[in-house]
Amino acid sequence: MSGAVPWNEARAQEIIDAHLGLEGPALPILHAIQEEFGYVPEAVVPQLAQSLNISRAEMHGVVTFYHDFRHAPAGRHVLKLCRAESCQSMGSEKIAKDFLERIKLEWGGTANDGSLTVEAIYCLGLCAHSPGALYDGEPIGRVDAEILDELASEAQKS
Amino acid sequence: MTKVYVPRDMAALAVGAKRVLAAIEKEAAARGETIQIIRNGSRGLLWLEPLVEVETPEGRIGYGNVKPSDVPSLFDAGFLKGGAHPLSIGKVEDHPYWAKQTRVTFERVGIIDPVNLDDYVAHGGGQGLAKAFEIGPAKVIEEVTKSGLRGRGGAGFPAGIKWKTVADAPADRRYVVTNADEGDSGTFADRMVMEGDPFVLIEGMTICGYAIGASKGFIYLRAEYPQCAEVLTEALEAARKGGWLGPNVRGSGFAFDIELRIGAGAYVCGEETSLLESLEGHRGIVRAKPPLPAHVGFMGRPTVVNNVLTLATAPAILAKGGEYYASFGVGRSRGTMPLQIAGNVKFGGLYETPFGLTLGEIVNDIGGGTLSGRPVRAVQCGGPLGAYVPPSLFDTPFDYEAFQKHDSLIGHGGLVVFDDTVDMAQMARFGMEFCAIESCGKCTPCRIGSTRGVETIDKIVEGVDVEANIELLSDLCNTMKFGSLCALGGFAPYPVESALRHYPEDFRKATLPAAAE
Repeated sequence: MSGAVPWNEARAQEIIDAHLGLEGPALPILHAIQEEFGYVPEAVVPQLAQSLNISRAEMHGVVTFYHDFRHAPAGRHVLKLCRAESCQSMGSEKIAKDFLERIKLEWGGTANDGSLTVEAIYCLGLCAHSPGALYDGEPIGRVDAEILDELASEAQKS
Repeated sequence: MTKVYVPRDMAALAVGAKRVLAAIEKEAAARGETIQIIRNGSRGLLWLEPLVEVETPEGRIGYGNVKPSDVPSLFDAGFLKGGAHPLSIGKVEDHPYWAKQTRVTFERVGIIDPVNLDDYVAHGGGQGLAKAFEIGPAKVIEEVTKSGLRGRGGAGFPAGIKWKTVADAPADRRYVVTNADEGDSGTFADRMVMEGDPFVLIEGMTICGYAIGASKGFIYLRAEYPQCAEVLTEALEAARKGGWLGPNVRGSGFAFDIELRIGAGAYVCGEETSLLESLEGHRGIVRAKPPLPAHVGFMGRPTVVNNVLTLATAPAILAKGGEYYASFGVGRSRGTMPLQIAGNVKFGGLYETPFGLTLGEIVNDIGGGTLSGRPVRAVQCGGPLGAYVPPSLFDTPFDYEAFQKHDSLIGHGGLVVFDDTVDMAQMARFGMEFCAIESCGKCTPCRIGSTRGVETIDKIVEGVDVEANIELLSDLCNTMKFGSLCALGGFAPYPVESALRHYPEDFRKATLPAAAE
């Protein structure tokens, strides 16, 4: 997402050090790293393992367990479409499938111009307004083709 | 100055509350009207969001489904004085959807300014904690036990017994952990409490901490709720500043603080042992029980892990007494349950009511049937691990035991309505697929069984050895149920088996005679 800075080991260490006083600091650190760099770079794994005094394998295991930690930067904008049951009851699967076909993307893919990443998400708690979505962290209810096309073209412009 | 309420609840924002707020501010400035905007939570009449309310001498008048383009006409109609307008629903308190509820846990949600402590106190907040300090830890646990409150996360374990177990476990320190990883599709009650009345959770956690002898609490919130995190952060700050958290809570000498932690998109972390692993910074792999978290929990210390609603109900129980709470409900399901009516439904929202309404009353009378207008075919109760219930079982009362009798569960109180266009074989397939995506991988039946389940359902749908494969699928479900440590693998078969049981025709479309067309 926009606002992310390029990978910088010293900055990463600052972020790690700022969280070491927490009980169980791994997830807060990974969130802060992703917030700063837009993803969790491979290079941070040994650094984190050393700081937390655990093996690299264990650290790698943590990073890869959680769906939210990216291994590569996302597009400038991120659209998360809900695929859980409530949204399915309102036709979300077809809406999403048609949209992905229109913009020639697969789940998790990023548009060639880097404007948009589309990801699956399972429940946003917007189930009385299904289908739901998050666009750059902003919630959207009653998602339909028109809304999605608008977002895709908006993403291209900014 | 006229008070105008525009919700900051995520669901209201999802349908345009922010744009409506901007339009109201702009219009008010242009007309030289001075108004005070209050960002409340949602009342739970979600199909009416954005629901703008105006305070008048007669009470709060609501205007539902407001769009930015409606705002000039609202001002023209004198809505700042509660003027008549096609969008007006009159006094919100008189609306039947609101008036018929019994609001205990959700007493203040949608009414108060969620991050204003004075407003919280003015509406009865803090009385439970004051009472707790007055009667002492042992009596607090007694009251909670007397109330009959059961864990609202889904398992329904008696809260008082859990608290007592932790209080009695010898330890150098103990913890309170709020499970706010509300991942079940069709549920949003936790989110609504935290966004609409976060202090009630803070107060509930403090009461629990006091009762069990803990000085530290965590809220483990799912990452899918960014707006909720904002409200909680503001509320925790306000609570610290106001002396509700810190070294000397409300001058009692009791020290307690709460840290907000954000999950990272793993459904299984809603399972309490997996949540604790995640909180400690590990992969969210479930732990075998025993030892129970009540004995060996966070950092190996005795820990209460309770759902948001469980802890948020504690202040009301203390303030009004355990017996008051226990006076609601049926059988062993005491108190009230915040129902979340969702999916393909006309009047979706949050409806807090004593246990005992029938499923049909909830779906048809309160929910108004499907939004599409087509017949209801199935209701999934209790999230992705809950059974699909057909209309033929709509006379089942909504309580823990009655649902269990039908191999169903009420879980966290979420109900997802489907119309007759649903393909139940596909829903069963999704149940297995979801389990495969979210399995932590510890138990083989869950890790491998879910993938085999998807493959087997695909074969059935294609018409390959249908009856033999259905038998295989049932066998697989059985293995998962009894061979998995936690509810993910153990309950994922429920939606699948219920679909097989109640909608057999959906699995046999490929082999049915063409004459049925």
